[in-house]
Amino acid sequence: MSEPFLQIIDLSKRFDNVVALDKVNLKIAKSEIFSLLGSSGCGKSTLLRIIAGFEKPDEGRILLEGKDITKLPPYVRPLNIMFQNYALFPHLNVTNNIQFGLKEEKISKEEINHRVNEILNLLELNGLEKRKINEISGGQQQRVALARCLVKKPKLLLLDEPLAALDKQLRVQTQFELVNLQYKLGITFIIVTHDQEEAMSLSDRMAIMKNGEILQVGNPVEIYEKPKDKYIANFIGTANIFNVLNKNNQIIIKELNYEVKNINNKENYFKCLIRPEKISVKKLENQSDNLNIGVVKEVAYLGSYTKYLIEVNGFEFYSFMQNSLVSDNLQIRWDDKVQISFNETSIYFFND
Amino acid sequence: MIKNFKKQNVWFVFTPYLWLVLFFFVPLALIFKISISVSEWGMPPYRDLFSLSENGLEINSTLGNYLFIFSDPFYIRSYLNSLSLAFTSTVLCLIIGYPIAFYVAKSKTSIRNILLIMLIIPFWSSFLLRVYAWKVLLQGSGIINSILIHIGLISEPISMLHNHYAVILGVVYTYLPFMILPLYGYLVKFDLNLIDASNDLGAKPLNTFVKVILPLSLPGIVAGSMLVFIPVVGEYIIPEMLGGSDKLYFGKIIWDEFFVNRDWPIASALAMSGIVILVFPIIIFQLMYAKYNFKNE
Repeated sequence: MSEPFLQIIDLSKRFDNVVALDKVNLKIAKSEIFSLLGSSGCGKSTLLRIIAGFEKPDEGRILLEGKDITKLPPYVRPLNIMFQNYALFPHLNVTNNIQFGLKEEKISKEEINHRVNEILNLLELNGLEKRKINEISGGQQQRVALARCLVKKPKLLLLDEPLAALDKQLRVQTQFELVNLQYKLGITFIIVTHDQEEAMSLSDRMAIMKNGEILQVGNPVEIYEKPKDKYIANFIGTANIFNVLNKNNQIIIKELNYEVKNINNKENYFKCLIRPEKISVKKLENQSDNLNIGVVKEVAYLGSYTKYLIEVNGFEFYSFMQNSLVSDNLQIRWDDKVQISFNETSIYFFND
Repeated sequence: MIKNFKKQNVWFVFTPYLWLVLFFFVPLALIFKISISVSEWGMPPYRDLFSLSENGLEINSTLGNYLFIFSDPFYIRSYLNSLSLAFTSTVLCLIIGYPIAFYVAKSKTSIRNILLIMLIIPFWSSFLLRVYAWKVLLQGSGIINSILIHIGLISEPISMLHNHYAVILGVVYTYLPFMILPLYGYLVKFDLNLIDASNDLGAKPLNTFVKVILPLSLPGIVAGSMLVFIPVVGEYIIPEMLGGSDKLYFGKIIWDEFFVNRDWPIASALAMSGIVILVFPIIIFQLMYAKYNFKNE
């Protein structure tokens, strides 16, 4: 990254002695969809509100295209925010909501009308122009909120839980629409969300936050496959975390009593992660083989895949199996003995 | 069973109307009756509307009382004085009350309840006492004058009592909670994100206030203004206690006609005229406002 589009330097914020942000540093590139992901109270919303200018940081700076915007009031910052509850003006109709921000700029009436029409077309809001906000559906409100921001042609768009208020089907559809829209317009998006699936499917890169700190920044694949620690591994998807023993140049997964042979880097690792979809189970036919045998504790058939909770030596972990691959697996029931297998390359070692 | 239920329902619906008829329309009709009666020395000090005499049934009714009060500029002037007092105090209550209501509505829940109690506490003491307290504060030997003399700002007490400024002060002080509470009711429901959204879209604080906060709190402003304006037009006690001879107010005139001049018909005609002049514009306004609100919903 040559010149970061948005740079956040040592940003700290405290509310009545509660640390909301602790020396946060972040670089976001132009035209990127960047997600801030974390559970509630992790500081992601505070960070967004500081970028928008609603809160003043105690320390630190925010640079947008190299210019310091830390002290600028929200109404002069060349960025817009879409609120979780949309914050549409209930006393104005759809058109007036959308042109609200344009009327604050020195723009001719023709230009305003042109831009409003353009955005109405883009977001398929035609026919709703004269409607009041409470006369349109939740999905339409979401698009009006988006239109109200985009019509200003911001350099940066902040989205606070943009899909949280929509029902599930609409959410999935809107996710794709949002990504398409961003691709079309090239505006940098920063999305705050607590929904890891949403973050994974929307973002180019994401930051995992906890207790006002950024734990890891990376693209969804990096975060999922190479989480920096146990917290992140558990936060994103389901994680099977095993202890690792280093004995006499041997690396052993303790709970499975399994020796990892094909490993180049023989550093001292203490933990390893194997994602459930990388562990496969097979119903045991002959009882003779003693290696890697587990007992099924739970079975959850979910249509496209099945979740198994497996117990080995008193340790429990998950295996997710695609139902298209092994129809035999549908025969696996509670308390069945199963053979466990995984590819050694899918083991991810880390230190906690 | 169903019949019984229906009967109960009827009573349930009509109780407020019954109340309204008994305690509003009947007294109003009585006042109206007196207002078209002929004044007489006696008790009650007016002639019965219908009387039997040697000539048969006599109807003693007149519009003369109304003609009299509308022909005498004295009464009209006092009514205008009251209207201007009501208008001035409503505007002042709004200017003072709005920021207070906004602040209370936007403070933390724990603090908010304390502030609300502080607003309501004055109601626990007598209204008369509170107005009298202002008399004590403002009089020549009162606390304010004493302090000003003590710190040497003035050498002689200034006369603050018994003029229409003291009346405005007393009215604003007394009626302020009636402005604040309805405003608070609307502002407390106000979504603070709307202010942030407006700022974010480029509106400076003043524009945000004019374009977002004000229109959304308009119902509260209307309700509060009504609650202040209407009773102040007929206010009697505050002008009586704090006012002087510089301006005469409508409520005081009615009192004088009733109890000093003992001219009940004139007093009643005044009261009726005051109500009619005030009520019709308000009804029209309310209807228009209801229509406006309906259109906006």
